[in-house]
Amino acid sequence: MDIRLSGIGHAYDDFEVLSGIDLDIPSGQIVCVVGPSGCGKSTLLRFIGGLEKPTQGKVLQLGHPPPGCLNPLTYIFQDFALLPWRTVAGNVSLVLEDHGIRGSEARATISDVLARTKLTDFAQALPKQLSGGMKQRVAIARALAVRPAVMLMDEPLSALDAQTRELLMDDLIDLWTRQPFTAVYVTHNLTEAVRLGHRVVILSRRPGQIREVIEIEKPLCDRGFGDPDLDAAQRQLWQLMRDEARAADAELIGV
Amino acid sequence: MSDPALPSDRPAPVAPPATPLAQPRAVKFRGGGFAPRSRRWVGVAVFVALILFAEWGTRTGWISALTLPKPSDVFDTFRELYASGLLFKHLGLSLSRLLVGAAIGVSLGISVGVLIGLFSYIRSGLVPLVAAIFPIPKIALLPLFVIWFGIGEGSKYALIAFGTFTPTVVATYGAVDNVDRTLIRMGQSFGLSWWSIVRKIVLPGAMPGILSGLRISLAIAIILLVAAEMLGAEYGIGAYILEAGSLYDLERLFAGVVILSTLGVVVSAIIGLIERAVLSWRT
Repeated sequence: MDIRLSGIGHAYDDFEVLSGIDLDIPSGQIVCVVGPSGCGKSTLLRFIGGLEKPTQGKVLQLGHPPPGCLNPLTYIFQDFALLPWRTVAGNVSLVLEDHGIRGSEARATISDVLARTKLTDFAQALPKQLSGGMKQRVAIARALAVRPAVMLMDEPLSALDAQTRELLMDDLIDLWTRQPFTAVYVTHNLTEAVRLGHRVVILSRRPGQIREVIEIEKPLCDRGFGDPDLDAAQRQLWQLMRDEARAADAELIGV
Repeated sequence: MSDPALPSDRPAPVAPPATPLAQPRAVKFRGGGFAPRSRRWVGVAVFVALILFAEWGTRTGWISALTLPKPSDVFDTFRELYASGLLFKHLGLSLSRLLVGAAIGVSLGISVGVLIGLFSYIRSGLVPLVAAIFPIPKIALLPLFVIWFGIGEGSKYALIAFGTFTPTVVATYGAVDNVDRTLIRMGQSFGLSWWSIVRKIVLPGAMPGILSGLRISLAIAIILLVAAEMLGAEYGIGAYILEAGSLYDLERLFAGVVILSTLGVVVSAIIGLIERAVLSWRT
């Protein structure tokens, strides 16, 4: 299933945050969206998942989600959004219960996704016992459980420390290599963007518009820490973004 | 190494003079405090000390028998009450009134509180109404309840239910307001039904606030229980206290008060247990 954004624009009252966004998200690819703070990249992601409505334009699904897909558009949030009163297994089970998946079928799915995210030993732990990186892996496991057609990742690694972020990037690459998934990955971290993105979309500052789309050819599984090709791509991104970021930083917010 | 640009009359920077106190000293500790913890037996010790003080005062005649009854006499009265079997008659009736009244009030209060927390129109319509009935002293409405629900148990249940209802509503909608919105968005993003979101996300998330509201509303329920039993009840702790009070029988009055205090402590302990069981997920 592909996603097409056509002419997306959004304004809060007279305050324009996004304008004229046209973008195709082909299946099996990770599309990273980067941009200066306040450019509306998280808002764009909420449009794609149907949590908010744009004032202009449409988000279109092209084709049907693959069979067995329970929740085609599935989020991974920056702050994990785990229910603190449910165990790791319970948090995964939450999203299966409403699809009528219970009992042995649910247990099989839960143990499968926990194994894929290396959480099998922590099935009965409560979120308060887990580190930030583990919490985000639970959120990834929960997302995998509903077999999404497109994963919508909203700065998933931004609340984590630098080392954990490296580990999780490796985990995500592993997951993708074993079974390619489609994802829109919003971040302000250029290292993450060049490491995980097949394409990197650069948004301008408010009102956010697509400034540039950069393809990174190198296969995901060959990318690693301190890769010179990626460093070059990251430099190129930064060249494109620096002035925008500076201007965005100097703006007054919440007019 | 003198800088030529530096004016010659300016003194060269020198290291601060070595202090005569050359001995190493430990850094003074100035942290700590501001984190009270519960010390288990201190509360009991305060009770015991107060009772012993009253006993000593009344025995030596320093406190006159008219001011305060002797704690040992109160204890004797209590024992007689227990031996006569009347204690459980009073207590049983009072507890059943408390349970029924509070159950009605709390369950209605939680339902209305959740509705206020979730729907704009209900919120706009009911919040002013709740604010209007909250400050009414419910005891003042007792005659009205007697007319509406009769002199029997009905009016007593109604009084307690009404009294627990308003604080529960206020605590509940405040707690629902404080449920993390990102968790609700998460539920929506996974396609959970409205009812599932309320049951699995909103209610458990609001539980801490609801339980702390319950502490207040149950204390109010005990107060109203006594008020309700002062009117047209033959048995019940309130009736017992009222009877003792009209006879100026201070021992019995105090025995009744002790029962009420104990009831308050027990209720609060039960809520503490529930909190520990239900809210163990909190850090």
